[in-house]
Order: sequence, then C-alpha cells, then structure tokens
Amino acid sequence: MAQITLIEAVTQALAYEMAHDESVVVLGEDVGVNGGVFRATQGLQEKFGELRVLDTPLDETTIAGVTVGMAAQGMKPVAEAQFEGFIYPMMEQIACHAARLRNRTRGRITVPAVWRAPWGGGIRAPEHHSEANEHLFTNIPGLRVVLPSSPARAYGLLLAAIRDPDPVMFFEPKRIYRQYKEEVPDDGEALPLDVCFVLRDGTDVTLVTWGAQVKETLEAADALAAEGISAEVIDVATLTPLDFDTIAESVAKTGRCVIVHEAPKTAGFGAEIAARLAEECMYDLLAPVERVTGFDTHIPLFRLEMKYLPSTERVVEAAKRTLAAS
Amino acid sequence: MSIAAKFEIEYLQYLDAEGKQVRDDLPAFAQDLDQMVELYKLMLSTRVFDAKSIALQRTGKLGTYASCLGHEAAHVGIGSAMKPEDVLAPSYREYGAQLYRGVQPREVYMYWGGDERGNDYQNEPARHDFAWSVPIATQCLHAAGSALAFKIRGEKRVAVCTIGDGGSSKGDFYGAINIAGAQNLPMVAVIVNNQWAISVPRKIQSGAPTLAQKGIAAGLYCIQVDGNDIIAVRKAMEDALERARNGEGGSVIEAVTYRLGDHTTADDARRYRGEQEVKDAWAKDPVKRLKNWLVARKVWDDKKEEAWKAECDDWMDNEVNAYLETKTQPVSAMFDYTFAEIPADLEKQRDLALSLENKAH
Ligand SMILES: Cc1ncc(C[n+]2csc(CCOP(=O)(O)OP(=O)(O)O)c2C)c(N)n1
Ligand SMILES: [Mg+2]
Repeated sequence: MAQITLIEAVTQALAYEMAHDESVVVLGEDVGVNGGVFRATQGLQEKFGELRVLDTPLDETTIAGVTVGMAAQGMKPVAEAQFEGFIYPMMEQIACHAARLRNRTRGRITVPAVWRAPWGGGIRAPEHHSEANEHLFTNIPGLRVVLPSSPARAYGLLLAAIRDPDPVMFFEPKRIYRQYKEEVPDDGEALPLDVCFVLRDGTDVTLVTWGAQVKETLEAADALAAEGISAEVIDVATLTPLDFDTIAESVAKTGRCVIVHEAPKTAGFGAEIAARLAEECMYDLLAPVERVTGFDTHIPLFRLEMKYLPSTERVVEAAKRTLAAS
Repeated sequence: MSIAAKFEIEYLQYLDAEGKQVRDDLPAFAQDLDQMVELYKLMLSTRVFDAKSIALQRTGKLGTYASCLGHEAAHVGIGSAMKPEDVLAPSYREYGAQLYRGVQPREVYMYWGGDERGNDYQNEPARHDFAWSVPIATQCLHAAGSALAFKIRGEKRVAVCTIGDGGSSKGDFYGAINIAGAQNLPMVAVIVNNQWAISVPRKIQSGAPTLAQKGIAAGLYCIQVDGNDIIAVRKAMEDALERARNGEGGSVIEAVTYRLGDHTTADDARRYRGEQEVKDAWAKDPVKRLKNWLVARKVWDDKKEEAWKAECDDWMDNEVNAYLETKTQPVSAMFDYTFAEIPADLEKQRDLALSLENKAH
C-alpha cells in the first residue's frame, strides 16, 4: 500500500468520492490542468473532465455563490479558496446563505458543500498567504469547521465533510502538507466529524491543538516525556461543533490544560475552549489554563514569521508552568 | 427596430511586432525621440531588474517573486503618462510603472524577501501611491475611493489602478468602474491582459470579445491597445488622464500583452501552456519592438544598448547589496505598526515576544 502525504490524501479523498458519487464536483482557481497551486487536485480534471473539475473566473464571491447554488440543486460541490487569505469575499455567501439556508427555509433548502483552503503560515509565502482565520468561521452557526492534521485524518475527514448534509469549511495546514507520509488505504472509509482525536495518552497535562500545531505539540509532549512529564495530546480536528466531552474527560484526569493555536490570541478558538473549561471544569483544574498562540498582530512577512508562530519551546514552558502551579 | 445602445471598441497600435510604424499620426511625446529613448531605457532597466530578481530568488535570497517579463511597455507606458500628483494603485508586478514613480529595486526585493519595509516606498511620488495589492482586484476600489476624494476636494488629480485579465472578473473591479461611471470619477483602470491568470487562460474569465468593453456597461471610455507597443499604451493613458483630470469621466484601457515568464517563481507554466504559444509571444516582444523603431531612427544602437545595460547592472548590483545588507527587523516591529500607539494589552504581548527573543540568543 502506498505511503502518502497529507496533500496526497486530500487528492485521494476527492478522487475516491468523485468516482463514487457523480454529484461531487470540484471548482476553484487553477484546480484544473494545473491541479491547484499546491497540487491538491492534481490529475482530477484529466480523470473527471472539465465540467466536474472546473476552473472558474477569478472571483471568490462567484466561486462561493455558485457553490451554494449547485449544492441547493442537490450537487456536492467542493470549492477551493486558493489561500485562506483570499477567502474573505466568500464569507458573505457562507455566512448569509450556506450556513443559514437550512434554518431560514425550515429545512427546505440545504447546502451540502465543502470549502477547502490551504491554511496557516510557516512556508515563507508572500503577503496574505499565511493567515490562520478559522476563528472567523467558528462563530457562524450552522457551519462545520474542520482541520485535519495527518494524512489519514485528511482523507477520512474530507470524505466525511463531502458526505455531510451541511456546509463544511475544510482548512488544510499547508505547512505540514508534505511533512511526512503514512499509509492511507483508499477504502472510502470516512472518519467521524464532531469528535476530537486523542493522539497521545498522558496523565499530567492536556495539550489541546489543531492543524499544523499538532507537530509542535507532539514534539513538546516528547520533550516533556524526556523530563518525566506525561502529556496527553488532543487534536480537536472539528472545531465546531466542538466535542468538548473529550477535552473535559482529559482535563478531569490531568487537571491541567495548554491550548495551542496559530491564530491571534484574542477571540481565537482557544478562548472558547478556555471559557468552557472555566464554566464546566473549574473544579478539576489544578492550574490556570494556558494558551500558546499567535500574537494579536498580523502574521509578519516571512523574515519574522517563525517568531510569530507558537514554538515547541513555548508549549513546553507553558506545560511546565501548569505543573509548577500545583 | 429601435436600438437602445450601440458600442464599438477601438484598437490602438502604432508599432507592429517588428517595430514598423503602422500609422503616421504619432502623438507629440513620440515625436520627441530623446524622450522615446528615455522610455526605452526604462523598459530595458526594468528587464534587467526583473532578471536580477529571478536570479536572487533562484539562489535563495528572495522568496516567491512575480516577474514582469513581457509587460515592460504596458507598465512603463502607464507610469510615464501619469503626473506626480496622480495616484497609482498597483497589483503586484507593475515594476516598470513603479520604478518610474520612484520605487527602488531594493524595496521590491525587500517585499518579496519577507520584509514589510518594502511596502514603505521612500521616494516621491511613489510615496503617496498605494502599496502592492495581492488580494486580487481590491486595489481597484482604492483607486475609486481616491478618485472620490479628489472629486470631493476639487483636486485635479487622477487615480490609476492596474488589474489583470483574471482580476477583471472580480466584483471589486466591477464595483470600482461602476462607481467611477456613476460618480464621474477621475479614475483610469488599466486591464493588463497578459492572457493568463496563473494557469487559467483568458477565455475562461469572460465570454466578452474584449475586456475593455466591461467599461461600457459602467459608462466609461473604453479602448483596447497593443500592450506591447509603448506608444499606444502611453497615448491611450494620456488621453484618459486628460479627460479624467478635466472632469470628463473615467476610462478602462485594456492593454493586450503576454506573460512571457511563469506566473511567479513558485509556478511552472509548462504544466499548462505550450512552448509554441510562448515562442509566438516572444516574436511580439515589447522591448525589441521599440528598439527596432529607435534604431531605424538612428537614435539607438547596440553600443548604446551595451553601455546602458552595464549601467543598469551596476545600479541593480548596488540595489541588491543594499537589500542584502538590510538587517532583519527586531521582533518588536511585528507589534509597533498595529495601531498608532501600542495598546497596553498588546504591549504585554510585545514584552513576551521580546523575552522569547532574548532567551533564544
Ligand atoms: C482574491 C485573490 N484570489 C486569489 C489569489 C491568488 N492569485 C494570485 S495571482 C492570481 C492570478 C491573477 O491573474 P491576473 O489577474 O490575470 O493577473 P496576472 O497575475 O496575470 O498579472 C491568483 C489567482 C489572490 N492573490 N487574490
Ligand atoms: Mg493575467
């Protein structure tokens, strides 16, 4: 069986679902002959034709809006925003229609669509190509926000996202697109949405993260283990709707929690998890909840960007602070 | 049958692909051969600059870079027609226009080299122009807004935006030309149609035979020009700027050219377009075309060309050195321009970043 990268897993999931469900179409800028600027849709147009893998005019509003229209007609469009930094013109269609139509028509019109976008920093990209803006979507009711962090989860969660009857934002951490390969059987097996994945069991501190930061967080858990500290690592994977139970269970066991994310701190999705911990797990906590995040600034151009992104050391230190507190 | 509206789009060209003059009514600026030599020299230096940028990227000294190869006539034509007090809202590869307006090569290098200071153009008139706009077409509305400000304040200035063939599909472009027409704004939108939006060919962007005609629906003057013929570009620009300055309305100019290089250094155009197409496009090279015309008028020759290229090389080497010697900003720079004054809450984060920095050293 072939070993594949995260981005190849995206391609594999798209190809599988297109082959098994004729209503699945892919659209966006450069998704056709070019196979996407990161090659996520490589070879799909050759296989499925120009109508099912559609290069659109360069207009994100157009892409998002026709996606809503197609989905309302019973198709399963998978739209691509070329970068998360260019997704903003799509937001009106997503917030006002995609996420809302089920509710405002009492279920008469639904939008089973997926919006994919390469997400996050750390690849020395030009301006506007490195944002982490998942928190702008987690506050939209009726919308799922999913971030895979491994090839297997990219494959399984993308299949689930396409099959889901409601709109899903699928943010792909581009920094780890090609970080490593793993075996991902092309068996069409979806993974469950709306659940967190416990990537590592531990007893002293819970590290909660998603997307590319899974890399630094797992490294931090290794570093902590070397010092005799046992860290549990949770990949949230589906931010909304949140599987808070898994986080709460872990924190009930460890009494400590560090939340790691790349987006700015203030009103980032870590704030939601911290608030829930304060509301529901106060008496399990042995130390204040820590957040290791991007700063409340624009992600700088690449000469400084690694000083913006949460580092392994920062996660280790935060974990140790929670241990020092009690 | 009664007709509600009728339109046609003029196509303007003075020099054909070989540099032969195809019409006699040369505009005044083109009759001044010294000036034409100056324009040619800037086109050439733009090309030298571009090659240098790509070399820098290939040797790991620059991040992704968007080349302007093949756009020299269009860009220099735009920049040279504008007055200093006008405002340019560019996208990301209009170096020929920007160098004319005082942007320094080192600033371009800094921008693509991952340093925000590249956006902080030091020289006038570029200093009052907009910074590069990577989110496609958004700059068109900034030009419209600038033009609105000029109109409200009664200033005789014009706002110019440049936009790609791909970008002309975006709502921002349509919104900009629409308000320009509705409000009779002093705005000129130049569609630099280089046939490609990364891998997406022109025909996928629009079913209309010209992109210029989009301006008809907005009530603007529209013209399509040979974008590899600097005389045509500049003439169309001069006319459009004058009308706009006199309160006679805005324009859309479509400059038909070709992107001779990859979209950016991160792109490989061989994936999606044939060699023959690129070869054919080289036969229409804007630089060679003007050179032929100048040589035929005996105001330029190979010796002058070599001498000027050598001067450009020195200039660029100097700029490259200045760029390479520029120290990375301190980590505090990440915070210091977020607001006019750093808020107390953000100051705490800056302190944290500084302490992390100190620990790392
Ligand atoms: C809003 C937005 N969407 C997507 C992109 C990614 N992107 C960068 S350049 C480009 C193609 C632009 O083509 P065109 O407008 O023809 O200009 P050209 O690059 O050919 O000069 C795309 C899709 C972007 N920068 N901004
Ligand atoms: Mg183009």
